[in-house]
Amino acid sequence: MKTFSLAVNALRRDWRSGELRLIAIAVVIAVASFTSVSFFTDRVLQATELQSAELLAADLVLLSGRAIDAGLIERANAAGLISSRTTSFRSIVIVAEKLQMAEVKAIEDGYPVRGHLRISNTLFGEESITTELPAPGTVWVDVRLLQILNIEPGDQINLGASQLTVSKVLTYEPDRGGDLFNIAPRLLMNMIDVPATELILPGSRVQYRLLLGGKLDAIKQFRQMIESNNEDDLKIHSIRDARPELKSALERAEQFLGLAALVSIALAGLAVAMSAQRYAIRHFDNCAIMRCLGAEQSTITNIYFIQLLILSVISSLAGCGIGYIAQHGLSALMSGLTPEALPAPSLLPVATGLLTGMITVLGFAMPQILRLRNVSPLRVLRRDLAPLPLRGITTYIFAVVALALLTPWQSGNIHLTVYMLLGIFVTGLILTGSARLMIHWLNHLRSRVGVAARYGLANIARRKNQSIAQILGIGLGVMVMLLLTLIRTDLLESWSNKLPDGTPNYFLINIQPDEIEMLQAFMQQHAALTTDIYPMIRGRLTAINGKAVNPNVYKDQRAQRLVSREFNLSWARDLQAGNRLVAGNWWSAHETDNTQFSVEQGIAETLGINMHDKLTYSIAGQDITGEVTNLRWVEWDSFNVNFFVIANPGKLEKYPGTYITSFYLAADKKKLLIDLVKRFPSVTVVDIDALLSQVRIIMQQVIKTIEFVFGFTLLAGLIVMFAALQTTHDERIHESALLSALGANRHQILASLIAEFLCLGLVAGVSSAFSATVVALALAEFVFKMDVFINPWVWLIAPLICSLVIVLGGLAGTRKVFNTAPMVALRKI
Amino acid sequence: MQSTSRPVVQAEKLGKQVLSPAGQLIILQDIDLTIHAGETLAIVGVSGSGKSTLLGLLAGLDIPTSGRVFIDGTNISDLDEDGRARMRNQRVGFVFQSFQLLASLTALENVMLPLELAGAVAPDIEARQRLTEVGLAERLQHYPNQLSGGEQQRVAIARAFAGKPQILFADEPTGNLDQKTAQQIIDLLFSLNSEHGTTLVLVTHNPAIADHCERSLTLAGGKIIAS
Repeated sequence: MKTFSLAVNALRRDWRSGELRLIAIAVVIAVASFTSVSFFTDRVLQATELQSAELLAADLVLLSGRAIDAGLIERANAAGLISSRTTSFRSIVIVAEKLQMAEVKAIEDGYPVRGHLRISNTLFGEESITTELPAPGTVWVDVRLLQILNIEPGDQINLGASQLTVSKVLTYEPDRGGDLFNIAPRLLMNMIDVPATELILPGSRVQYRLLLGGKLDAIKQFRQMIESNNEDDLKIHSIRDARPELKSALERAEQFLGLAALVSIALAGLAVAMSAQRYAIRHFDNCAIMRCLGAEQSTITNIYFIQLLILSVISSLAGCGIGYIAQHGLSALMSGLTPEALPAPSLLPVATGLLTGMITVLGFAMPQILRLRNVSPLRVLRRDLAPLPLRGITTYIFAVVALALLTPWQSGNIHLTVYMLLGIFVTGLILTGSARLMIHWLNHLRSRVGVAARYGLANIARRKNQSIAQILGIGLGVMVMLLLTLIRTDLLESWSNKLPDGTPNYFLINIQPDEIEMLQAFMQQHAALTTDIYPMIRGRLTAINGKAVNPNVYKDQRAQRLVSREFNLSWARDLQAGNRLVAGNWWSAHETDNTQFSVEQGIAETLGINMHDKLTYSIAGQDITGEVTNLRWVEWDSFNVNFFVIANPGKLEKYPGTYITSFYLAADKKKLLIDLVKRFPSVTVVDIDALLSQVRIIMQQVIKTIEFVFGFTLLAGLIVMFAALQTTHDERIHESALLSALGANRHQILASLIAEFLCLGLVAGVSSAFSATVVALALAEFVFKMDVFINPWVWLIAPLICSLVIVLGGLAGTRKVFNTAPMVALRKI
Repeated sequence: MQSTSRPVVQAEKLGKQVLSPAGQLIILQDIDLTIHAGETLAIVGVSGSGKSTLLGLLAGLDIPTSGRVFIDGTNISDLDEDGRARMRNQRVGFVFQSFQLLASLTALENVMLPLELAGAVAPDIEARQRLTEVGLAERLQHYPNQLSGGEQQRVAIARAFAGKPQILFADEPTGNLDQKTAQQIIDLLFSLNSEHGTTLVLVTHNPAIADHCERSLTLAGGKIIAS
């Protein structure tokens, strides 16, 4: 208790003297950044998923192999959710003597819960949004079914025991399903008409869905309830499984934000460490006296520990408050994106924010504070007795442990944590190395410059370790600012440029081999640019390393789905653009002896496929086995034609297959599609325009949010710079006073300070420009996997900003020297 | 014993007050003093008597709250900080108890510093000479932290005599040294002082050191009680 009150009094005193202010500000910024990102991941990302929910047609979808229990619907309604059921099955549609397998979906009132259906009256006619359903006795069918069966709206079709009239062309349904090309032609009918078809019999493969919508909280609770009840045969469908394109976009968003928050915490930590160092040095005397008066080492540690703890709690709470206010800003940025107003934030981010603040303070400041216990009581007699400086390893271990404790909550992504720690380490090495070199070189200039500059240069060289620490702190701060301002723009631009105008918005599938040339000529004639044409063969994965594949072995729903249906396989001589090898090598053109497979990294992980595994596919009744010789990362959000599995040339050509291509068609040229399907009746057109614009909207919203969160990181960078400058303020004030005592006038003192600050600024600026370039390249290459254009302006801007900020900040910090009599400043030492 | 030469430092009704939580604190009051060229003066007194404050005021390191200080006939209160700095550079040398060397500069550079500030033509030549005089010709490129306490004070003395000041102010110059070294430093200081014909104002609480001076002045409670 005595220690506690001692600590509280000391805290009050130190707070008044301003010694702890910088630590507090750093923590406030770190926590504010962390909590606003928590709010983002907690709420806004979910809202983005809700936006994506348009692609699910609901906020939440429950799937079952059995008819949805009426009790479940009642429970959902009681929870304040709106609901609508759909029943999907495959069936043959017959028109005259033509038969076609179609994916039938029966819907009822309330469908879709999110998003809208779009229809047209004629093939490729004017599209309109509708809130209606197919009237009883009628069906809406998609372009593919019309093409295949050669029918038009108004024609009759036979479905099971019923005869129904095609009334509209179905151009868009929100929940069309995962793989754009794996789905059969679509038919939408009214639920009332289902019994009359007599198609649903015991044992039929039917998928029943319950689409639910409502407030985020209610959805969350209902989802948790379903998950905890572990109800048989009831599966929850999430958007991430549905669309790899969106998965990529959302994952990148999380990476950007996670990185921004982590970097601001790391920077705040650095500022805390630097301020704590100055704080500790300033308290050596106090501790020596306390020790002299009989305070035990543990008492000293406890006093300062409690002081830091109280400080961290208060500043973390302040940070949480700012984070709370900031999340209103985030919500405003996301307005119009979410169908429902965002629910009030939970208290969870406050708890995690509090913990973040405490870990940041204790992790980064404690090593310095622990030095205080080692202050010798003899210091009261000999002031030169200072405790041993910290061993680098101690500082790093504390900091790394602190960051390691924080990162999993923040990013949930171990790669990102490792990259960040490595990034900071490498940047630190680059900055330290270049600073050391430049200081060495500058020191040689010493004899050739005037007294003021000599004194400045001598100071930098003499305080080599402190100078390097300052360059490191300032350099890191400026580097992050450079990354966040100049290079961020490049990174984000190159992300949104992934979907430039002219990105393919239609796919053509089922192109017969003998149609390729004619089709290309047709497209050329109409000035429609297609991408390359790729072969596509359908095959089912039957065995991995000779062991039969059993869908039930996989826990993951997506894996189960993937292995229970046919894959689209392709073969290629060269690695496609937008694909990068992550393991193994691409085959050379003459390697045609053995069958080799190139597998997409994500699907390999999902299905547990490793390098050199032997995969067996059943294609048109024949088995083909090949070895996995490389794994690929695929840029799914590029909307190019891509394949999960590609074989080397010469192995799949003999199997029956079709071709696929994509192309861009402006909205006003849609008529071309009618000519195309008339000319090539077997070719099917897949319209992905809606999906494309959905992804574009999400990207833009996410970019706005990222820029907002980056603001905090920018502030953290500034705080580091000030903390770094502060570390040597006391020494500078004293030395300037001494210069004044020796007869240096204001101009000479100012010149020596400017010389020192300018040199520090230039060294930090050049080093940070160098590191920013290296880090940006590494981030683009390894984390975000995109091309980045390096802005040459950083080489000019970084030294300029650094010099300006350091000179101004440094002079502001040492201005006291000009207002204090030299006697007073000298006496303080 | 009092010199008959011209006065170099004069104090008239000199006073210094500072604001403390308990109100105005009087450190010095009504000090009248004249120091003549070539004279050696010891300012003695117990701790807190105002010795160092008086030295700071006489040297122009601080300005008085009342009264005036003249150095070579110039009222230092009429000068701005730069004017006082110039005056210190041209006329005054210092030796401090805690040496006050610039840790970033070598011994030679420390001694060159006042010469360079004054714009001397070949500062290194004189600085080497001064260091040789104090017996540190072999230590020119050493940094302060590579020198012993006695050596550091020698550098400080060499620096104080660089530029040939008229007046040398020494604040407890042996306070941080052992007895033997302290004696060596005092001998050095006084021999150089007589060699250069400098006026020496020395603050000490050690009567033995004060005895080396021609005149001594005792302070108590901010006032001169004996002269």
